[in-house]
Amino acid sequence: MNKKMTLKEVVNNNPDNLVVSESLAKIDATGLYYRDLNTLLRSLDGNGIEKIEIRNVYGQRYIGTDLDDHLNIDIYGTPGNDLGAFMRGPKITVHGNVQDACGNTMDHGKIVVHGRAGDLVGHSMRGGKIFIRDDAGYRVGIHMKEYLGKRPTIVIGGTAQDFLGEYMAGGVLAVLGLIMKDELHDARFVGTGMHGGTMYIRGNVRHLGEEVAIVEFTEEDNQVLKSLVKEFCNYFDLDAEKILDSKFNKLIPVSSRPYGNLYAY
Amino acid sequence: MKSYVSPDYIVERDQDRCIRCKVCTNQCSYETHCYDEEDDCMYSKSENCVNCQRCATFCPTQAITIRENPNHYRSNANWNQEILTGIKKQAETGGVVLTAMGCDKPNLSYWDRLLLNASQVTNPSIDPLREPMELRTYIGSKPDKLELDFSSGDAVLKTKLAPQLMLETPIMFSAMSYGSISLNVHKSLARAASEYGTYYNTGEGGLEKSLYKYGDHVIVQVASGRFGVHPDYLDAGAAIEIKIGQGAKPGIGGHLPGEKVSSEISETRMIPMGTDALSPAPQHDIYSIEDLRQLIYALKEATDYTKPVFVKIAAVHNAAAIASGIVRAGADAVVLDGIRGGTGAAPRITRDNVGIPIEMALASVDQRLRDEGIRNKASVIAAGGIKSSADVLKAIALGADACYIATAALVSLGCTVCQKCYTGKCPWGIATTDLWLTKRINPEIGAKRLVGLLRGWSLEIMEMMGGMGINAIESVRGNRLLLRGVSLTNTELKILGVRMVGE
Repeated sequence: MNKKMTLKEVVNNNPDNLVVSESLAKIDATGLYYRDLNTLLRSLDGNGIEKIEIRNVYGQRYIGTDLDDHLNIDIYGTPGNDLGAFMRGPKITVHGNVQDACGNTMDHGKIVVHGRAGDLVGHSMRGGKIFIRDDAGYRVGIHMKEYLGKRPTIVIGGTAQDFLGEYMAGGVLAVLGLIMKDELHDARFVGTGMHGGTMYIRGNVRHLGEEVAIVEFTEEDNQVLKSLVKEFCNYFDLDAEKILDSKFNKLIPVSSRPYGNLYAY
Repeated sequence: MKSYVSPDYIVERDQDRCIRCKVCTNQCSYETHCYDEEDDCMYSKSENCVNCQRCATFCPTQAITIRENPNHYRSNANWNQEILTGIKKQAETGGVVLTAMGCDKPNLSYWDRLLLNASQVTNPSIDPLREPMELRTYIGSKPDKLELDFSSGDAVLKTKLAPQLMLETPIMFSAMSYGSISLNVHKSLARAASEYGTYYNTGEGGLEKSLYKYGDHVIVQVASGRFGVHPDYLDAGAAIEIKIGQGAKPGIGGHLPGEKVSSEISETRMIPMGTDALSPAPQHDIYSIEDLRQLIYALKEATDYTKPVFVKIAAVHNAAAIASGIVRAGADAVVLDGIRGGTGAAPRITRDNVGIPIEMALASVDQRLRDEGIRNKASVIAAGGIKSSADVLKAIALGADACYIATAALVSLGCTVCQKCYTGKCPWGIATTDLWLTKRINPEIGAKRLVGLLRGWSLEIMEMMGGMGINAIESVRGNRLLLRGVSLTNTELKILGVRMVGE
């Protein structure tokens, strides 16, 4: 482990990129290699900084990885792949789009994206929340899983591509279909291999995987969905009542053991 | 449906010797033995027997003998017993024939056709009992060159070294997940690795909380299921291994059946009890070498570049090109798992037909990395069917930095390689999560047996090195002149980079 620098040393070492005032740090990421940016973030972490603004982000990967839990990070620009990978704690707000594998194997914390997301949002995520204002790519929420109190959550404002919720083993995945041309989500193989967790999808799905079924809402579902949609609308200044006042499909796995009878003993 | 599958084994009991103590009944988890109170007599249901030898080993009067069922079908080199039985089982279940442990077919091993050298006359051999022998091995990326600063009078290393693992012997315990094997086996492996100065690999089932204290001697695995992977887990290990593939089942994922996901397993894997733990075939964030690089560096970022990151692949046809990509993607070590590598459960058809022997993969990978001038950038670890210290030494001469062993480690704990791990009923208390059975492994005794194995093999390696007049394992590494081949074709010799005996 590298020796921890004091905040003063960090500021002195980064005269071109960093401005600190009290607990706010402003970073200009122009031309900053991802390793240097993340090293800088780690050196601010635990040094009395509570909020970090990063401007001019152009594809730097792994932002949010290996940081402590109290940080609020605002990103302006387009962060690279694996935003918040293995992340435990920080709240990241992206003013722009995110690339692939946002929230990969994320443990705890929050990512709010004012824009679109690439493929693999929340891959193997085990805790925390991700809110994407617009559409997302392929395999959203693949193999996300839950255990006791840890229940990962993803809300997509628009629609998502094929293999949505593939192999899903737990958690909650909501797709609100807010910016679709018609009422139909174009994704195919939704919930293929799903064996845990719940999906709420506003509007109809073109093609479901073999391992999922559409079932009736319970009172608990209504509560969960309501609070998620409200939180979503809070971030993006939308009308929650209007969204909730429409038909949602609830998808759950047919079995927690989809591949139980494949073998000859 | 009437099953046409006949029992594999016949259990014979010498009623004169049997004292009806019922040890066999208690030891067998397949309910092979039973006691008839009315007749005061023990019976055996041969059809349940897997020939694990647990009952025979524990019978106080050696009254039990287990034989292969002599009722074989008519001998036929093609339509043999295994093929016919498999077809009948499939006809009756419509399923994939499961098996466990490594490939049991002959002809896929080269170790026994490679022979080591020894010194005679022209250079003296060394007696390891009286002279220092160096087995210490460092796993990790080595720099292209070392820069030293002599300005202070002493030599000070200026080059920043990549993180390394220090092994007191070039043998580590290979990945076996908690779930496929019991907690007590994990405890035994962790203790033995700590005591002997080597490492044990968690496999993909997470690290049980009581084992975090052995973290300095643990390699934590990140596989496609990402079970139990979180910041504490990554921080706990001395190294991180990305599992792409496994020699016993290249290219396919795994299912830990719901029956094995007990409350303890569910806590460590962090999934609900009783659900299947599904490991997808690929890691869905890795579809290319570039994606692999992305995960390698995600893990390096997550641990602040303090730990080596390994990448494990099954030995397959184009392993050399893939390994080159892995090294260029930034891995600190490449792990090659050959076709004879073990497993807790795999389709037999895959285990016995997919992949290539470790010897060939190792030789071609080492050569490729040398040819490309990047061999120093990553260590190479050989795994899959390493069954003796000679195999370890031959692997190192072929270019490995170290070997992983798993089956040999389990055998030292009692395993008899009956190949029924997938039933979860291991009577030796190894490949099971049933608490009644797992008690059979005492971690303290288990660790002692494993340390015994490591010490025994290390002494043998030193003997063989001494015989060759070599006192440091570093001088064996990639030194193929120490090997000669027997009963091998010219092409095989060429790929192995080894001369024929007598040459």
